[in-house]
Amino acid sequence: MASTAVVVEGAPRPGRARAFLLRLRSGDEVAHLITLVFASAIFLITVLLVFELYRNSALAREKFGWKFLVTRTWDPVFEDFGALPFIFGTVVTSAVGLLIAVPLGVGAAIFLAEMAPARISDALAFLIELLAAVPSVIYGLLAIFTLVPLLRTVVQPFLKKTLGFLPLFQGPNYGVGLLAAGIILAIMIVPFIVSISREVLMAVPVEQREAALALGATRWESIWKVVVPYARAGILGSIFLAMARALGETMAVTMVIGNDPKITSSLFAPGYSIAAVIANEFTEATSDLYIHALIELGLVLFILTIILNGLARLLILATQRKGTAHP
Amino acid sequence: MKKLSAFPLVLTLVVAGMAVALIWGPEKQWAAPSPPPASLINGAGATFPYPIYSKWFDEYHKLHPDIQINYQSIGSGGGIRQILAGTVDFGATDGPMSDEQLGQAKIKILHFPTVLGAVVPTYNISGVSAELKFTPEALAGIYLGKITKWNDAELTRANPGANLPGDDIVVVHRSDGSGTTYVWVDYLSKVSEEWKAKVGKGTSVNWPVGLGGKGNEGVAGLVKQTPNSIGYVELIYAIQNKMPYGQARNSSGNFIKAELASVTAAAAAQEMPDDFRVSITNAPGKNAYPIASFTWLLVPSTIQDGAKRKVITDFLHWMLNDGQKFAEPLAYARLPKEVVTKEMKAISEIK
Repeated sequence: MASTAVVVEGAPRPGRARAFLLRLRSGDEVAHLITLVFASAIFLITVLLVFELYRNSALAREKFGWKFLVTRTWDPVFEDFGALPFIFGTVVTSAVGLLIAVPLGVGAAIFLAEMAPARISDALAFLIELLAAVPSVIYGLLAIFTLVPLLRTVVQPFLKKTLGFLPLFQGPNYGVGLLAAGIILAIMIVPFIVSISREVLMAVPVEQREAALALGATRWESIWKVVVPYARAGILGSIFLAMARALGETMAVTMVIGNDPKITSSLFAPGYSIAAVIANEFTEATSDLYIHALIELGLVLFILTIILNGLARLLILATQRKGTAHP
Repeated sequence: MKKLSAFPLVLTLVVAGMAVALIWGPEKQWAAPSPPPASLINGAGATFPYPIYSKWFDEYHKLHPDIQINYQSIGSGGGIRQILAGTVDFGATDGPMSDEQLGQAKIKILHFPTVLGAVVPTYNISGVSAELKFTPEALAGIYLGKITKWNDAELTRANPGANLPGDDIVVVHRSDGSGTTYVWVDYLSKVSEEWKAKVGKGTSVNWPVGLGGKGNEGVAGLVKQTPNSIGYVELIYAIQNKMPYGQARNSSGNFIKAELASVTAAAAAQEMPDDFRVSITNAPGKNAYPIASFTWLLVPSTIQDGAKRKVITDFLHWMLNDGQKFAEPLAYARLPKEVVTKEMKAISEIK
């Protein structure tokens, strides 16, 4: 305390600066500043990213305008570019991935958190976290060597025979295509859903379960009607994270999607995703307009992610308003 | 209280110190043991010739330990952009620069062919083991989506004994932009008016039909796995992976199998312009393989730094003479003599 007195007497300063100095000395201000810089770095990076994407896509935006979003052609030779087939491919593969991964992931998380013996649950959780760390090119190779032949020889002929009346399961069967990409995405995002959902479910207070059981609920009823709704926000959060990963996944998708920018009703047909086309064509793109069109695709992916994330958040709000066991 | 309050400040200093150490440290630590090379040359560009280029730069470094040539295989497009921006000492490309691109250059850029590569049609047809022969009309028709069955008359006429099935052809192409694609579609543009008008040539094109595979390995994987498919890969890749590949009919009407000799023959047959920007697809000559191409180094005609100029011109001399012997073990075709002679003269243009 003696030192502060020295400051006050020795150097008369404006009050605010003195207060600042005081806080600086006690460390609060430093911690505040450092963490503020770190936090604003996230904001700055995002702003800079959008700004750069916007600035470097100027030529394509001027030339094609909003038509870019609905044009089906992608012709690097005659420089006619449109994003629609890529938006289609990105959304469809992510949707297929989520459709498979959500029930699987949430189901596995419920088992691990609520029903499995603790030792097994911990061991499996460790394995799942390992899966989440596998590089996507490994999943891509797995898909090429195992999944695609399996799809071509067994799964797709079977789907064609049983559900072939649906346009979704018609057309030539190559093995690679939208379905293959969706399935490999599902495999890649399941670990995210399981890992986070399991943590969230385990964090539900034990009193909630005890209360439900005391009221005469069965084990399953207490899980499904009390524990899961309580953890809903966290589970949905895990699904959004999985969705974001699916939308942006590049390597594994490009290895099995067939890389053909067409819009078709069949899941067997080849498609193309935004991330895949950027990765594929950027290195050899020479003309400015071509590069700007590829960068505009990046901007489109960014906005698509924001829109889908926003929709997902609205979904949370809507379900919370219904009034469940959520606090 | 005083001890406690000093902690964040100390922490800040430590963090700042670590940051400074990160920025300054490695250079000081790593530069010390070996003296820095007297000359450091940076290049970037095409991926297709990367194996031979890295071999060359390595061998050249052994001969001249004080010279280090770095090469980043970032793709032809990147190589052209970087040499135009002047961020590298030389670029490399699989397709010659366009007049428009050359016009953007502040310093005139020279092309130097280094080696030759070929692209071959590879296929996987159930029950067919014969080496297939492809006419230009067949290849263009298949890739335009007009020939859809393996027993199409265009194919059976050229392959009478091959017992081709009546199944649909699955067409496979590269999905990533690549010099391989450039050579393939450059050839198709030359042999088919329809291809030229509809699709054209480039490192990526708007494919009328087919599945895209990433890289040579992606195309090879799809062809190997998909029955009744056809794709195209670099000759070196087909040889190393023992893939079946077909013959192509050249402009003299002969079916030629891609071999290093037939590729060099194609290069020798085509007349070489003074700026070396030449396409040798569908080249004249009885034994010329029609789907082949040079790959080029891009060097500015004016190099201010005298030491760098000396290294680059000396390397080009070495590459054109001693260096060529490294090409064939790596399945690149060497340059024909006439081209080497012509290039030796062109080196003197670098001032």
